[in-house]
Amino acid sequence: MSEMTRRQFLKITGTTLVGSSLALMGFSPGVALAEVREYKLTRATETRNTCPYCSVACGILMYSLGDRAKNAQSNIFHIEGDPDHPVNRGTLCPKGAGLVDFIHSESRLKVPEYRAPGSDKWQRISWNDALDRIAKLMKADRDANFVAKNADGLTVNRWLTTGMLAASASSNEVGYLTHKVARSLGLLAFDNQARV
Amino acid sequence: MTNHWVDIKNADLVLIMGGNAAEAHPCGFKWVTEAKAHNKAKLIVVDPRFTRSASVADVYAPIRTGTDIVFLGGLINYLLTNDKIQREYVVNYTDLSFIVKDEFAFTDGIYSGYNVDKRSYDKSSWDYARGDDGYVKTDPTLADPRCVYNLLKQHYTRYTPEMVERVCGTPKDKVLQIWDMIASTATPDRAMTIMYALGWTQHSIGSQMIRTGAMVQLLLGNIGISGGGMNALRGHSNIQGLTDLGLMSNLLTGYMTLPGEKEQDFEAYIGLRAQKPLRPNQLSYWQNYRKFFVSFMKSWWGDAATAENNWAFDYLPKLDKQYDMLQAYELMNQGKMNGYICQGFNPLAAAPNKAKLSASFSKLKYLVIMDPLATETSEFWKNYGPLNDVDSSKIQTEVFRLPTTCFAEENGSLTNSSRWLQWHWKGAEPPGEARSDLEIMAGLFLRMRDMYRKDGGAFADPIVNLTWKYAQPHSPDPEELAREYSGNALKDLADPKDATKITRKAGEQLAGFAELRDDGSTASGCWIFCGAWGPTGNLMARRDNADPTGIGQTINWAWAWPANRRVLYNRASCDPHGKPFNPKRKLIAWNGAAWAGADIPDFKVDENPENGMGPFIMNPEGVARFFARANMAEGPFPEHYEPFESPLATNPLNPNQPQAMNNPAARVFAQDREAFGKADKFPHVATTYRLTEHFHYWTKHVRLNAIVQPEQFVEIGAALADELGIGNGSRVRVSSNRGHIEAVAMVTKRIKPLTIEGKTVHTVGVPIHWGFLGVAKPGYLANTLTPFVGDANTNTPEFKSFLVKVEKV
Amino acid sequence: MALQSLDIIRRSATTLPEPQARGAHAGQVAKLIDVSKCIGCKACQVACMEWNDLRDEIGTCTGHYDNPHDLSDQSWTLMRFAEYENPKGDLEWLIRKDGCMHCADPGCLKACPSPGAIVQYANGIVDFHEENCIGCGYCVTGCPFNVPRISKKDHKAYKCTLCSDRVSVGLEPACVKTCPTGAITFGSKEDMQQHAAERIEDLKSRGFDQAGLYDPAGVGGTHVMYVLQHADQPQLYSGLPENPKISAMVGLWKGISKPLGLLAIIATAAAGFFHYIGIGPNETDEQDEEAARRELEKTP
Repeated sequence: MSEMTRRQFLKITGTTLVGSSLALMGFSPGVALAEVREYKLTRATETRNTCPYCSVACGILMYSLGDRAKNAQSNIFHIEGDPDHPVNRGTLCPKGAGLVDFIHSESRLKVPEYRAPGSDKWQRISWNDALDRIAKLMKADRDANFVAKNADGLTVNRWLTTGMLAASASSNEVGYLTHKVARSLGLLAFDNQARV
Repeated sequence: MTNHWVDIKNADLVLIMGGNAAEAHPCGFKWVTEAKAHNKAKLIVVDPRFTRSASVADVYAPIRTGTDIVFLGGLINYLLTNDKIQREYVVNYTDLSFIVKDEFAFTDGIYSGYNVDKRSYDKSSWDYARGDDGYVKTDPTLADPRCVYNLLKQHYTRYTPEMVERVCGTPKDKVLQIWDMIASTATPDRAMTIMYALGWTQHSIGSQMIRTGAMVQLLLGNIGISGGGMNALRGHSNIQGLTDLGLMSNLLTGYMTLPGEKEQDFEAYIGLRAQKPLRPNQLSYWQNYRKFFVSFMKSWWGDAATAENNWAFDYLPKLDKQYDMLQAYELMNQGKMNGYICQGFNPLAAAPNKAKLSASFSKLKYLVIMDPLATETSEFWKNYGPLNDVDSSKIQTEVFRLPTTCFAEENGSLTNSSRWLQWHWKGAEPPGEARSDLEIMAGLFLRMRDMYRKDGGAFADPIVNLTWKYAQPHSPDPEELAREYSGNALKDLADPKDATKITRKAGEQLAGFAELRDDGSTASGCWIFCGAWGPTGNLMARRDNADPTGIGQTINWAWAWPANRRVLYNRASCDPHGKPFNPKRKLIAWNGAAWAGADIPDFKVDENPENGMGPFIMNPEGVARFFARANMAEGPFPEHYEPFESPLATNPLNPNQPQAMNNPAARVFAQDREAFGKADKFPHVATTYRLTEHFHYWTKHVRLNAIVQPEQFVEIGAALADELGIGNGSRVRVSSNRGHIEAVAMVTKRIKPLTIEGKTVHTVGVPIHWGFLGVAKPGYLANTLTPFVGDANTNTPEFKSFLVKVEKV
Repeated sequence: MALQSLDIIRRSATTLPEPQARGAHAGQVAKLIDVSKCIGCKACQVACMEWNDLRDEIGTCTGHYDNPHDLSDQSWTLMRFAEYENPKGDLEWLIRKDGCMHCADPGCLKACPSPGAIVQYANGIVDFHEENCIGCGYCVTGCPFNVPRISKKDHKAYKCTLCSDRVSVGLEPACVKTCPTGAITFGSKEDMQQHAAERIEDLKSRGFDQAGLYDPAGVGGTHVMYVLQHADQPQLYSGLPENPKISAMVGLWKGISKPLGLLAIIATAAAGFFHYIGIGPNETDEQDEEAARRELEKTP
């Protein structure tokens, strides 16, 4: 035996011996030949987007389950940098690299909620009821407090008793429509994150 | 940013001051590492803390927070004294040769015209002297003692290296080493870029800190050139876009401004903004204000905006004062506001003095939250023990919390710091019943419009006449809105040179703001975005990243405002005859007939350089201003004033004038002044900031980020920790005169004690990011500590300099 | 697919000859970590967890930026922060990305008693195949860099795979792709050595006279290399070993692991000898036995 080469040894003992012995230890031969993890994006749908955090605006690729077929509900399961993007060239910082957990954060709001005066808890409210109630509150406040002319009789057309903050991460389209609505109502106490 | 992210790679020297780009903008910071690796660039970081930006810097210098004007004012003095300026640039492209009015004066830290009771200035003396021809008088030899050059020189003589060491605490040898490096970029073949962020903005003298930085860049000829510029690193993904779109209390879209209440006359309103040139043959591009304004009003109010009603001028609310956030919370706290709407904004965490905010929100009748995440503001009424110790039963505010989509669930564009508008695409449906902000805003608006139509009410005209031509009125498409803010022709537009030729048919998208008219025949919701969605389609969605010149311009990637221009003031990259100062980094040049090159010229394209038109075409001067005239609240030249909470008893620059201790023009509400702390009780200087692992108050909801930075801490220098017996990792209490937080102490060598006016000053670092909601370990809102006072111009709060006391728990 | 694209050249506790015909003709791969460019942002940590579907615990702050505090079955890479005052009196913040070095001569693989639990591919990647791992922890002992970690959930060893799943389809690892400053680069080992040389020249021009490449010979060189500002003092970087070598214990194990002794050793080693590392009792023993019996009965 001492002169037996490694190859000869394997020929003699054969795979049956190795296989069965391993199986006794809890391994099946198939598993023993385990491969690397499969590449998980092979047929995922890729959508281009922009990181919503800082103002570098890195290009991102969002990978979702399903191929947009009617019966498949898209679910984003991975995000990485867009290598074509001239600024980030595929890189992402720790915030951007973790975006998939933003989308699926347990803090995501899913339904409209209402907190009554003096209450210590939320209650469900339908979209319709919420928007109806807010619009009525706004109109009542505007009608009661709108200043058409100031003390000197000058036309000022402003509504000062309601204010608004706009989102610094919402799109230009959202910002534009929000401004259009807010200013048409006469709001002045109206800012975005640039103020702070 | 005057320039853009990729252009940073062209710098020879990078100064990061008033910011921490490596941590707050890591992927943009890559272009600093590229400049270092491929352009042999050096990086200088000046910051109260040794940050992660400092960790890869060639030179780091500490500075006491709030004293940057002293450091930079000293640098201006150094550059002028040693004649390290780009003379051809400053003489031709700045106002250094302009003569200032004799009445203008500066004494003991106070400018002429100060009214101590009003805490504001009569600025009539802050102007140039005019000649008989109506134009500003100049002296190109810079000899006149009243020219801006000599006034500037005089102003900063007090800013010596010794003064810098005394006030900033920066060792003199480091100061001189850094100044020398910076001075090396006064030659045309070397460029320095300045990268700053809220480390300059969030001071009561923040705007002037930024101006001082810009003045340094002008002296060195570093504005308008590739690898140069003043690069503001905006904090949020679309803070640039929302500001461009005018979502500020005093703005309209495209940096047009709302009228003040005294501006009853439409022509006067336009006239004040469409300024005539101050020197011969200057473009003074704002002269087109009427075109921008009329096109904007047509976009919003369509047929209701007519020449007869001054394009519905009276539909716009008129200002009697600033209604910035701080003003709003002051009014709220006085019980003068009833409703507040927070769209993707968490002011309980993001605004100063949490106790005041909580009291203010408690006085509201209704509060509406639209957000993808559960924000602290939405639960300001809920008790979270010491982290939010409120009695719900005593808070009568009705609160609505509406779930919204996030970036991944919608189409649209964001404008980054480089002013690029980039389109993005939806990848999934939102969770549960969440809706887009567009749908929510439309839902609210249509309900109100219906009520006003049916029942009438206060001044219904601007509401019922607002244009709303969306295919699905309850849910406008982002694409429809993008076409609207970009703009189109309302009638067939004839060529002004040949009336028989139609350049745009009615309904066609416009290619750019040059096509806007003031007769109501064009509409554009935001003139600086005009052309983003042009006749050929959505240019924001372009994805050609070709960079033929190799200087990183990629002008066919997305679309940049204005006019797809990537480097602002790029005319200044050429000498007065139109030849690039640095041929190796050519942006544009005069080819004998036109300006052309790797960028869109920021200039009249066919203007022969020999005619003397200046490169700063938006200024009526045609040149850049060192002397701010009446444009700044606290004076035409930046002057150092101490933070409102300062460890010093006097301002070392103006020790004999108590009025010049803090910014004399900053608005301070009485109650907030009482809430300021003094150094005897709060001896430590604190500053708040972001960490790279987190984004504001969002990522505490994001598991991956909570894992890599889980728990609230404060950074304390080893010397202070020793003095107070604080062990690394133990818990400490940090108090200001407004409240306290408790957090883990991170004891570090990265914060050193500074010697200021002979006394030891310790800096305490207070990272933001934690709160009482989220998956990260719960923590205190850092703004429990911060003072309720802002910059005199912007009212951006002084989050970067205040006084605290650190104690062992 | 994977076995074809990532040819195994070595397999733990196995004397089975590996296919020899294919080779890495374009060169073996390597990851180069330039510590002088690293800003310690932890993007690599996040990208690693995200790509590999891992989520470590939300821990605590103990007065350091190192979070999580150590490598684990969920954290295969980790930034380690060290504040160093140099002789000139200037502060340096030395931030090192820790993780598997993918040694050319892998101590973990040599120490591993379980066939096929640790493999080395022709391209240089050392990979763990957890399906084959018996959780003995000997790879931990065998590793001169203290990298592998045993999971408390499944008692199996985990570490960086160099994203073998990405590399197998021609992509760079997740940490490399995400790195904002380009401190982490990836390519052929030769290209990475050349890139390192350029970086070292730049660092020397900035006053780091002792800048150099960390590619330790004691483990045959590594497929993860560092550019260090102070290559003469690797221990400054949170204890990076100066001369890493495979421990003597592995030598002992290898000494008795002649082919004929193999099975006997596996049987005893798995049950007891290596159990010292403190994992809990294997509660699935009986089920495993049962599964094994069934598997055996199927064998023709």
